[in-house]
Amino acid sequence: MTTLPVPSVKSDAHRNYLLVLLSMVLWIFAYSVIQPFANWAAYRALNLPQGSHLGDAISFFLYDVPKIFLLLSGMIFLITILRTFFSPERTRQLLGGKRQGIGNVLAGMLGIVTPFCSCSAVPLFIGFVESGIPLGVTFSFLIAAPVINEVALALLFGMYGWKIAGLYVVSGLIISIVAGLIIGSLHLESWVEDFVWKMVYRAAEDDSGKLTWNDRILRAGEAVREIVVKVWLYVIIGIGIGAAIHGYVPVDALTGLMGKTWWSVPLVVLMALPLYSNAAGMFPIMVALIEKGAALGTALAFMMAVVGVSLPETVLLRRVLKPKLIALFIGVVTLSIIITGYLFNIIL
Amino acid sequence: MLTIKILGSGCENCKRLAYLAERARNHLGLEAQIVKVTEYPEIMKYNILSTPGLVINEKLVSAGRVPSESEIVTFLAEAVERA
Repeated sequence: MTTLPVPSVKSDAHRNYLLVLLSMVLWIFAYSVIQPFANWAAYRALNLPQGSHLGDAISFFLYDVPKIFLLLSGMIFLITILRTFFSPERTRQLLGGKRQGIGNVLAGMLGIVTPFCSCSAVPLFIGFVESGIPLGVTFSFLIAAPVINEVALALLFGMYGWKIAGLYVVSGLIISIVAGLIIGSLHLESWVEDFVWKMVYRAAEDDSGKLTWNDRILRAGEAVREIVVKVWLYVIIGIGIGAAIHGYVPVDALTGLMGKTWWSVPLVVLMALPLYSNAAGMFPIMVALIEKGAALGTALAFMMAVVGVSLPETVLLRRVLKPKLIALFIGVVTLSIIITGYLFNIIL
Repeated sequence: MLTIKILGSGCENCKRLAYLAERARNHLGLEAQIVKVTEYPEIMKYNILSTPGLVINEKLVSAGRVPSESEIVTFLAEAVERA
């Protein structure tokens, strides 16, 4: 059988490099013209007076939609390229032999860069604990990976700038490290399902170093396409809400309700727990919260609770964790998110 | 005949992988059986840390991502040559 129609991949490499270069130039060009274009469209083409609510709302919308899409595509592309250098297997090797403490910090950071889907939580858990990585360190990884979400990061960066995006990453890290340390210090190995300890894990193959740049670019391009297809509608709705509310509602009208009252953080976190959505799905809600005057810590806590504690992942983890440990896991993560929410409300 | 195994608990990515594997098989006109492996003890025998995994004739060819249809075609063609 030598006549199988196998498509050639390698011959396309140079064309792909050129395509990346071209996209970069186009990206920079597009980014530099969206603001003048949005102003022109709102104030000249539609002839709305500058400073009017409708004019500002339309200009805001026309500027933010392309801006967020550009930032989202650019960031997902770069993050995916970075992630092709990491694999769960490589992370497992890096974490092997690390103690509590330093291991938790490393696990949290690796949780950001390791490609991870919550459906992989179980094989990852088994592989990690079987190769001797402490339970608490494994949990730090399992918490950081979903809590620090690349789509949420790109959206926050696009909408609210690098300070908020940075705060989000730092708080996700702190939550994963602290929660992992707490779970680790309780020595709950007996709360893991018994069959896990009876399994044998031999090191898997790590292909992260063998990929060519063409492979990495193809994967990054595919990730961008996949994510944009999945989230575009949520993003437009979110920005639409932002544009509509922006300027219409007195910014502090609802601060009393969603702002810095002591119960606002636990309330939104408890509301968020049963919500299962991708990071983009919660984006419109978060924009509405912030525009309505919710304190930033409250809004961030809401978002982290939605992406960090998901029902499908919990159901999967139940296969390897006894109910007591599942309950503790959810409890510790929830509490950490609430405390981080308070912390930001105090310092911001 | 080839045996194609899809390793994974039945999440979205696993379903997409199964669908693409079926298309790749039909594209090549191969006779191949597609088996979904959903139990973790069985999945872990292939030493993977992340799902979905793609196994062709007991050889793990991809894990932790959904390869494109053309990649799967290449995997299948290689397996046919080995067989």
